[in-house]
Amino acid sequence: MSSTALPNALPSGLPAPAIEPLTQPFWEGTRAGRLVIQRCKACGKHQWGPEWICHRCHSFDLGWEAVAPRGRIWSWQRPHHPVYPALTGFGPYTIVLVELPEADGVRMVGNLLVPPDAPVTLGADVEAVFEPHDDATPPYTLVQWRVAG
Amino acid sequence: MSERTLRGKVAIAGIGETTYYRHGQSPDAEFKLALIAILEACRDAGIDPREVDGFASYGGDRSEAVRLAAALGIHELRFSNMHWGGGGGGVAASVANAAAAVQSGMANCVIAFRSLAQGQFARYGRANQLASVGGDDAFLAPYGLMSPAQRFAMKITRFMTDHGIRHEALRAIAMASYHHAQTNPRAVMNGRPLTEEKYDASRWIIEPFHRLFDCCQENDGAGAVLVVPADRAKDLPHRPTYLLGAAQGGHHRSAAPVHNAPDYASAHFKTVARNLWDMAKLGPQDCDVVQAYENFTGGVLLSLVEHGFVDPGRANEQLVLDNLLAPTGRMPMNTSGGNLAECYMHGLEMVNEAVRQLRGTACNQVPGADVVAVLGGPMVTPVSSLVLGSEASL
Repeated sequence: MSSTALPNALPSGLPAPAIEPLTQPFWEGTRAGRLVIQRCKACGKHQWGPEWICHRCHSFDLGWEAVAPRGRIWSWQRPHHPVYPALTGFGPYTIVLVELPEADGVRMVGNLLVPPDAPVTLGADVEAVFEPHDDATPPYTLVQWRVAG
Repeated sequence: MSERTLRGKVAIAGIGETTYYRHGQSPDAEFKLALIAILEACRDAGIDPREVDGFASYGGDRSEAVRLAAALGIHELRFSNMHWGGGGGGVAASVANAAAAVQSGMANCVIAFRSLAQGQFARYGRANQLASVGGDDAFLAPYGLMSPAQRFAMKITRFMTDHGIRHEALRAIAMASYHHAQTNPRAVMNGRPLTEEKYDASRWIIEPFHRLFDCCQENDGAGAVLVVPADRAKDLPHRPTYLLGAAQGGHHRSAAPVHNAPDYASAHFKTVARNLWDMAKLGPQDCDVVQAYENFTGGVLLSLVEHGFVDPGRANEQLVLDNLLAPTGRMPMNTSGGNLAECYMHGLEMVNEAVRQLRGTACNQVPGADVVAVLGGPMVTPVSSLVLGSEASL
């Protein structure tokens, strides 16, 4: 885990995440450099993405807890064709689906911080990199991933 | 208690479509396209359009049932229905919903349709410019995951990697559609054949399995079918096309947020296909022709596997061009050109093609076709599929 002075994974101008009541603890966590996700206070299981109810036990009493910012690559893609103005002339870039074995196997989507022609291996260990967008209104921090070294 | 089923109870009596256009090329407004296709389906069935008493659609169709009812001056509206979900996942469900209305007695004569002029509204393959996004998209769009192709790509990467399936299997799917379009005068890609070399040289949309020709077109047009009770269909001009099976939905938590479906590398047909074959009392081995919705060729692969047409361990051998061509292939597929090469009419054109095969009037006719499967848009949720058959299949 690190906060980083690396360049951002993607160009500026992409949509910012709206900070909504259901998701606010996650975004507060990333600003503090922590990966905070839902964990049911009744059955103790993690779930992701955020929902108002625990899909396992139907408790509405969902807490939020920091989890280890480590995972492994479950799948990946490398878009070339830009579908958004800010991406025109950029790309290709790498998107990964990361499974968090230490949080009941929930999965997160982010960019893998590798050169655009680097091979990607399913099952590879990765760690979170917090990418601040301090100039945004309101500021927010994305979670990116790099191969664990 | 009597068996609850739609098998053999209702029939498609008429089919209609507009001219199919490249996106932005329709001279007619989207709503007018809907009207043209509906009138054509009624004419084909020999039924006065004023007798239509229901409309069913999907994919958030903008041509609303009440406006259609008013514009066409129908006597009485008894059924209006919009199937949830985006894209073509609901194509078979719209026909099934029309069929359920007819069989239950809620309505007598129901149009299932789709009208789509992407050139006049937002395009599917281009994300809207927004300052911020909420819901699921808040965890996707900031990472550059926005378009339908990008939403599905990681399912395909995982499945094909796990099973060692080569990109050539997807190339065969694309080439079958383009091959069939060359003899279909309705097809937008008529006169534009696809070769292996052209496919292999086409640009990446998304690595590792989406080249340009793995992706559907965007088009303008409309298509419609007219659904009536089976008994009535016997007295109408065409040989009836019976509904044998229909199912829609998705497996356990297939719509779990932020790509968290437990069974993720899926087209979402696993339970739907089981229910489909149960109602049809048939299986994939009984189908003479398959119409498999291509949003992306990788989704066709998943859909074929989950319906039992392809064994993932043998996909590289089964998905070769010769196997997929009418009239001699083992599994003639997308015989009018499908979404890739006839028209991306959200799969409604595939229902029309299934009816033509069963009437014996298709451009690429499979001789003696009695059972045709229509597999709706894969990888969205809910998904849906249909089995249609001739009198001999009942």
